[in-house]
Amino acid sequence: MAAVQETIDQVKSIDVTEYKYGFITEIEVDKPAKGLTEDTVRYISARKNEPAWMLEWRLDAFRRWKTMTEPAWSRVNYPPIDYQELYYYAAPKKGASPKSLDEVDPAILDAYKKLGIPLSEQEILAGVAPENRVAVDAVFDSVSVVTTFKKELAQAGVIFCSISDAIQEHPELVRKYLATVVPVTDNYFATLNCAVFTDGSFVYIPKGVRCPMELSTYFRINEQNTGQFERTLIIADEGSYVSYLEGCTAPKRDENQLHAAVVELIALDDAEIKYSTVQNWYPGDAEGKGGIYNFVTKRGDCRGKNSKISWTQVETGSAITWKYPSCILRGDGSRGEFYSIAVSNGAQQVDSGTKMIHLGKNTTSKIIAKGIAAGKSDSTYRGMVSAHRKATGARNFTNCDSLLIGDQCGAHTIPYIEAKTATAVFEHEATTSKIGEDQMFYCQQRGLSEEEAVALIVNGFVKEVLQQLPMEFAVEAQKLISISLEGSVG
Amino acid sequence: MLEIRNLVVKIADEDKQILNGLNLTVNDGEVAAIMGPNGSGKSTLSYVIAGKEDYEVLDGEILLNGENVLEMEADARAAAGIFLAFQYPLEIPGVATMTFLKAAMNAQRKARGEAELLTPDFIKQVNAAADALSIDKAMLRRPLNVGFSGGEKKRMEILQMALLQPSMCILDETDSGLDIDALRIVAEGVNALRDKSRGFLVITHYQRLLDHIIPDTVHVMSKGRIVKTGGKELALELEKSGYAAYGEAA
Repeated sequence: MAAVQETIDQVKSIDVTEYKYGFITEIEVDKPAKGLTEDTVRYISARKNEPAWMLEWRLDAFRRWKTMTEPAWSRVNYPPIDYQELYYYAAPKKGASPKSLDEVDPAILDAYKKLGIPLSEQEILAGVAPENRVAVDAVFDSVSVVTTFKKELAQAGVIFCSISDAIQEHPELVRKYLATVVPVTDNYFATLNCAVFTDGSFVYIPKGVRCPMELSTYFRINEQNTGQFERTLIIADEGSYVSYLEGCTAPKRDENQLHAAVVELIALDDAEIKYSTVQNWYPGDAEGKGGIYNFVTKRGDCRGKNSKISWTQVETGSAITWKYPSCILRGDGSRGEFYSIAVSNGAQQVDSGTKMIHLGKNTTSKIIAKGIAAGKSDSTYRGMVSAHRKATGARNFTNCDSLLIGDQCGAHTIPYIEAKTATAVFEHEATTSKIGEDQMFYCQQRGLSEEEAVALIVNGFVKEVLQQLPMEFAVEAQKLISISLEGSVG
Repeated sequence: MLEIRNLVVKIADEDKQILNGLNLTVNDGEVAAIMGPNGSGKSTLSYVIAGKEDYEVLDGEILLNGENVLEMEADARAAAGIFLAFQYPLEIPGVATMTFLKAAMNAQRKARGEAELLTPDFIKQVNAAADALSIDKAMLRRPLNVGFSGGEKKRMEILQMALLQPSMCILDETDSGLDIDALRIVAEGVNALRDKSRGFLVITHYQRLLDHIIPDTVHVMSKGRIVKTGGKELALELEKSGYAAYGEAA
């Protein structure tokens, strides 16, 4: 048992606080008093110069939220969150609503530089082929600090801006689509988000347009005791295509920070949205102190016929992850896909999965979920596949695999399957395996070091999902996975 | 050259001693066979030489070309030239055989301070070795050993041995689970690797394998020790008289 014991000891001794993005940026911020009241909601709305309809919408959500209770069905444990002890808005003071990069606080630009996200278009342009360009919306605490390549995108008719700007500049689109996928009262965290959401991205791809570059939003929570409530709305009009990537990090802090986002995707006839996430929030230390509570509602609506939405996610961070990116397959012949890698180490808890709701005829969906648990972490896949009475010919294929490293972690698979039509064909496969001591010895006997052996086995395990990510992000994600598992064996 | 002197080994978490002062030398170019009854410690010996961590060495030493390997991790021993063909090769799900082979070859090259293999050279080497062992190329794209038959797994072990070019090859019960055709292919693979700079330690329960891989030396092992050493005729003798005599001799 020596090797396994060593592995377990190593896992115990891992310093999960060795989080690369844990730095804090010192800037002056503008924030209201702690706590959540109607006044907080009014404050946020006023700071953003929102029209009256938006404020009313927020207040309505807030009143409903007060009547709701926090859900308790997930397999995660955390002390009660005191919503009155949080700040709900934090904006850098210097250069609020900047018109150009020159007006952005250099400390913030520096922070993004440290994160490896250049925001200067000149910097991005240097040495990058046009087809590899990525437009970035950078959200720092509660506000979007800059969105790059806006002009180029506008030439193609693509709207890519912060949701705050969209409310000002494209209210007709926002009003038409906001909360049409995730209703205001969908769940406790989504309703809270409606009341206090601060920023996020807005994307509109017009009919027949293939978005000329990858779009991406980079979320950073910096301020202490501040919740980040982002709101993202992506609309792909008929026959259009967009690929969107979301990245997230946060400083290392002893307190837990709350992140309650809502992401809504709408794909009209023949449109396709590919949404990828590389989530690397601070996971807390080995004992579970600190880290982000990630309570997120992500849902896509394949509203049009033959539309397609695919979610790809690599989750390595957060103390708690509660997240189920889902697809409503409303249009006939529409398709939903979910590819996920969830890596947990230390004391992380993950309860994540997806929902594929088949409403239209001949709708198809595919779920590939790979969970890797190390340390004392606990990982649950929770997935639902349902077919409505009218969803004749619905098909789903689900594959959930878990890989355990050491013997103090746990992996669970909880599938819910509901078929109300006899013509639906749903397949579910699940496996749980462990990197065994004998496997390790076999690899080492061939000359691989323990780390190389684990990396090889883990890469083999997640390959199918990594292939779904845009090339450069796949490389990044692969690195991230090996960093997250660093020290989990010898 | 492999030299084992007075090796005393017990199972790490138990009080059970398996090897009781074993002495053995395998010269370069020599094929040495170890035969012995079940439970005599043959597999333990192969694991201890390769560096499996389930055992505790209480006394003695194992020298490969004069260097004490007991101080080395299993991967360092592999890079130094020790190869163990497993009795039960492990399955590595999700990792294509080609990927595994390349990773192993490059890891050993790296450990020896050599440059990584170029992909075309690698593919050429693998194809040639696979042809020699009648291994279907499609198998090389499948995850290593997953769903392979017993014979396929054993052939894959010999393929790895051929590619890694070790100086000391240990074959642990390689004949177990092989039909006569597979046995011949495997034995031919081993014979092709016989070389004056390479030693072999062939561990087997039956004489049958030694009809195909003709040993220079045969050792009889019993109760954790080598109790008799002779030429290839000793194997035939054992086949007739059995191990009973040696059980008492130890």
